[in-house]
Amino acid sequence: MNLLVFAEVRDGKLKRPSLEALSEASRLAGKAGSKVGVALVGEGVRELASMLGRHGAGVVFVVDSPRLRHYAPEAYAKAVVGAHRKLGSGAILMAATAMGRDLAGGVAAALGTSAAADCTGLWIDGGKVFARRPVYAGKAYATVGFRTSPAVLSLRPNVFAAQEGTGTAAVEDLEVAFEEADFRSAAREVVQTAQGKVELTEAATIVTGGRGLGSPENFRLRDELASVLGAALGASRAVVDNGWRPHSEQVGQTGKTVAPNLYIAIAVSGAIQHLAGMRTSKVIVAINKDPDAPIFKAATYGIVGDALEVVPALTELLKKVLAS
Amino acid sequence: MNLAVFLKRVPDTTAKIRIAADGRSIDPQGIEWAISPYDELAIELALRLKEKAGGEVVGVSVDPDGSDVALRKALAIGIDKGILIKGGVNLDPGATAQILASVVRDRKYDLLLFGKQAIDDDAFQVPTLVAHRLGLPHINLCTSFELDGSRARCRRQIEGGEESIELGLPCVVSIQKGINGIHDKRYPSMKGIMAAKAKPLETLPAPPFEPTLELLKLELPPDRPPGRIVGKGVEAVAELVRLLKEEAKVL
Repeated sequence: MNLLVFAEVRDGKLKRPSLEALSEASRLAGKAGSKVGVALVGEGVRELASMLGRHGAGVVFVVDSPRLRHYAPEAYAKAVVGAHRKLGSGAILMAATAMGRDLAGGVAAALGTSAAADCTGLWIDGGKVFARRPVYAGKAYATVGFRTSPAVLSLRPNVFAAQEGTGTAAVEDLEVAFEEADFRSAAREVVQTAQGKVELTEAATIVTGGRGLGSPENFRLRDELASVLGAALGASRAVVDNGWRPHSEQVGQTGKTVAPNLYIAIAVSGAIQHLAGMRTSKVIVAINKDPDAPIFKAATYGIVGDALEVVPALTELLKKVLAS
Repeated sequence: MNLAVFLKRVPDTTAKIRIAADGRSIDPQGIEWAISPYDELAIELALRLKEKAGGEVVGVSVDPDGSDVALRKALAIGIDKGILIKGGVNLDPGATAQILASVVRDRKYDLLLFGKQAIDDDAFQVPTLVAHRLGLPHINLCTSFELDGSRARCRRQIEGGEESIELGLPCVVSIQKGINGIHDKRYPSMKGIMAAKAKPLETLPAPPFEPTLELLKLELPPDRPPGRIVGKGVEAVAELVRLLKEEAKVL
């Protein structure tokens, strides 16, 4: 079964979760002896094909146009469907980013099927595609089988390993007959880009602050610790609902689901909806005054103590340790 | 202006999920049912738009158990009418979209509002699939929505920023938390609950659909390996850093 991967480009760069999806496709194809193609869509993206080759692409279908500079759901879906028809793929993979999750639905719609979102596992058995994915924000996992072909899947970032080798990909320009209607819900511009900030769902380390920090001003302690670790910033639902921090930082059932290598929860009690969103993190550190806080049940390491004292001490020591 | 809001009944965010004996569904015992939180935001936005522009807000819900819990609550919060579609299948967004699209196809709505995802199957697709079936433009993850005559000016959340988009009506919009800076949702009042009883709630069976996904198994995630309390207060910091470095090797 041939596999097609959509390569997401933002600010002229390939998104790492797309390379993770491509590496996974390449591993699956290696087992099944099938071809891996990539749909590379955007403006001035052609030169990125070599990097895709190194991550396992056999062929890269380039759809390059100034009109594709910003994401346009219908046009991008059309480009991916075009690549799919060329390759004859049995599965179409993309990263479960904001764009990938949106596009997965659009591609599935265009092909008369539906997609499995945010998959943490996928396999092919007897010519059919199966996926494992979190439901109820990770309180449970579902195994689903596709009744229709091709299977469309988005893969959760930080779950599959990106693997770089020495391969090269054939590059094929793909002509797509776009119409005006394909751009009717296109983005006109990208606004308020948080330059240089680490994105929560893709971060290797996350520092999250909870209501126990006491005030919006005290989030400075979280920010300083995160800065030493190069970590992304998280917040609990209570903090977001209080208006202390923006929703884009919320971790948990009505926020983001994350799976970093290291998750540090500062003054977070550990409500069930929060735990659901971060429990697959590899190492969890909890700092909380209350020894009975549920967060300690999920934590790999816990410190019982006042975050306002413990966190600055931790930041100082880490500064020294990481500098040496 | 005719507004449709799509609602799903889901376990409340505080619910502890247990798997039923069939291994493919959750055990409903002890579950508090709620309107999916993003759908509640869609209701709030619809009511605010109606207050400004006039018109009618219709709630649409498909429920495999035929429960009207979500619609009753929405009627009490303030929507004008409900359409309950009994049937369908959970955890198959393709099937749900077929059902919803065929029910609303001939009912002329100016705006179709969804939550960005339901918090049970977290599929994030039904709005897109419905829009495609109806041939309407759509955006997901909407964080800002302003009406300007027959056009909608929106923002869509992306990693680290937002995109601005303009859509013609009718269109499909799925709502992200933080939409238009709305922090306060309204709750059913006693008066609202009484008034809801007199509001029309149309009930119909699900139209035929083709399943797209097969749910083979539902299981709980593996337990995390037990952790430990390293110590108390500032004195424990050195030991924590040592463990992160030498044992967990994450520094």
